[in-house]
Amino acid sequence: MTFEAYLNEWPETLIQEQYTTLSERQVEAALSADRRTPENLLALLSPAALPFLEAMAQEANKQTRRQFGRTVSLYAPIYLSNVCGSNCLYCSFSTVNAGKETRTTLTPTQIEDECRTLAKEGFSSVLLLTGDAVHAAPPEYIAQACTIARRWFSSVAVEVYSMTQEEYHLLCTHGLDGVTLYQETYHKPTYLDMHRSGRKRDFSFRLEALERAANAGVRRLGAGVLLGLYKWRVDAFWLALHARWLQTRCWNSTIALSFPRLKHTPSAFNPPFPVSDINMVQMILALRLFLPESPFYLSTREAPSFRDKLLPLGITAMSAGSSTRPGGYAAPTSPTLEQFQIEDVRTVAEIKTFIEKSGYDPVWKDYDQAFTEAVPKQLQ
Amino acid sequence: MDTNSPMDTFTIAGRLFSSRLMIGTGKFPSAAALRAAIEASGSEIVTVALRRVDLNSPEHQSILSAIDPKKQLILPNTSGAQTAEEALKLARLARAGGLEPWIKLELTPEPRYLLPDPIQTLRAAEQLVKEGFVVLPYIQADPVLAKRLEEVGTATVMPLGAPIGSNRGVQTKEMIRIIIEQAHVPVVVDAGLGAPSHAAEAMELGADAVLVNTALSDARDHGAMAKAFALATTAGRMAYLAGLGPQRSLAAASSPLTGFLFNQD
Repeated sequence: MTFEAYLNEWPETLIQEQYTTLSERQVEAALSADRRTPENLLALLSPAALPFLEAMAQEANKQTRRQFGRTVSLYAPIYLSNVCGSNCLYCSFSTVNAGKETRTTLTPTQIEDECRTLAKEGFSSVLLLTGDAVHAAPPEYIAQACTIARRWFSSVAVEVYSMTQEEYHLLCTHGLDGVTLYQETYHKPTYLDMHRSGRKRDFSFRLEALERAANAGVRRLGAGVLLGLYKWRVDAFWLALHARWLQTRCWNSTIALSFPRLKHTPSAFNPPFPVSDINMVQMILALRLFLPESPFYLSTREAPSFRDKLLPLGITAMSAGSSTRPGGYAAPTSPTLEQFQIEDVRTVAEIKTFIEKSGYDPVWKDYDQAFTEAVPKQLQ
Repeated sequence: MDTNSPMDTFTIAGRLFSSRLMIGTGKFPSAAALRAAIEASGSEIVTVALRRVDLNSPEHQSILSAIDPKKQLILPNTSGAQTAEEALKLARLARAGGLEPWIKLELTPEPRYLLPDPIQTLRAAEQLVKEGFVVLPYIQADPVLAKRLEEVGTATVMPLGAPIGSNRGVQTKEMIRIIIEQAHVPVVVDAGLGAPSHAAEAMELGADAVLVNTALSDARDHGAMAKAFALATTAGRMAYLAGLGPQRSLAAASSPLTGFLFNQD
């Protein structure tokens, strides 16, 4: 059975029906459950759970501390390229959104410069990003970038276009240990509407990509939905099903979640289903209670005040001092196109101080090169 | 034997220890909190995840700065490793980085419950012993595996009480009892001990030592909880040495069925 077939067993009509009938009693049962079922998760995501947010927060805080301790991992994104071959309505990198003069793909020397700058800040974990453009950033190019990054950092992940198992394996042999790939939305009609052209339009190929990555030896998987594209209560539930699916199919891999909320989109695009702060909090809490062992990532897309408040609700990793344009660290004034405007513009030192003041230990290194030096075997 | 007397020490690989409480260092909110816990515990063995430290720049490592190498043995561990090869690599790096050749073997291929892989653990242990390491393997409470590890030359066995961080106590009691009964190396109950009473229970069973992390790092007062665990560990040890009375599962029947055999009239 594929995940897509499993997903079809939970159609939106079934989910919505649950949301309209769930009562407070079922929320209470979900809160006190030990290992939580998909039905428990529906209760926690439902409107009936709104009066229970504080109780959910206390439990989420406790569960997170038990699994991760009072620590927060720090990471930084490195944009390798902003060239893109897809037309995603919500994204600044989309082919139709900006001219060629602001597009660039870093050279190996420029990648090295970015790494050097971030390593000096203390980072040991990075995420390499490109647009959805195989022609500008082919797998061999990304593999080379992994090799360079591994000279500077103990952990290297990518957030790029979806690949074949062989391509993921190639990256693993060059030091990759993590793949982050958001499905954007699990609602297929919306997905097709948002991704009008380009290879990204293939919903199923993207949906199965994290499994291919794990089978190629990738140890850290990251999933997420772009909040604002579709009804969050439905998409968050499907996302959680995906995470559970991956946990049992890819049992050697860690499944992390991120919560990217659409905010600074191209002017012609308004998120059709905006997600409020209260929605976002309920979603993070419900997902934390359903997936107590999953790392939760929070990027600089969110404002400092909101990030600070989200930290004790289940967040275990934060980016800091981020730039979302290629070359943005070594050459911060470069005029290249950025993917989105970050809201938390605090320096790395400021975020570190904030984490410590909140009673958490900022963790720079949480991985070791010994785990990726051995070339992973092709599993299937 | 008095537990406070210098006689109640125990030995791992020829090295004498008087504290039977070992401390894990992950999950603490700061180096100061960790230091408070270590000092209050009186612990002499402190384990550090190699994946969390950079031995090339130890001055920047909050975990290492909390440990006084004159008072505590730094016991590096391989947590995060999924295969024997990865654990071997970490152990060798630690030794090359200047740490003593002691290694707490943690091979946990699934990241959710962090349960140990018996096959990879045995393979890695065998090789590390050959290379001269003092090996302390984290294992399921599996008596046969414990004997196999002892045979390849590990310095201890460290069966789990419950999954790491679960605070559920000694759930594997029956198997730990058998491991202790059969062991010729120190048995250290590791993982799952969430309250001082759990540590006392493990020691009452006859464990040589216990290892605790989450219960200390998650406490409001790290030092006070560490002290409480130290006292409980000592109390459990004293009770074990003093000889606990047998547990009865049945009350003495008020209307005996076999009384007629002994009635004289």
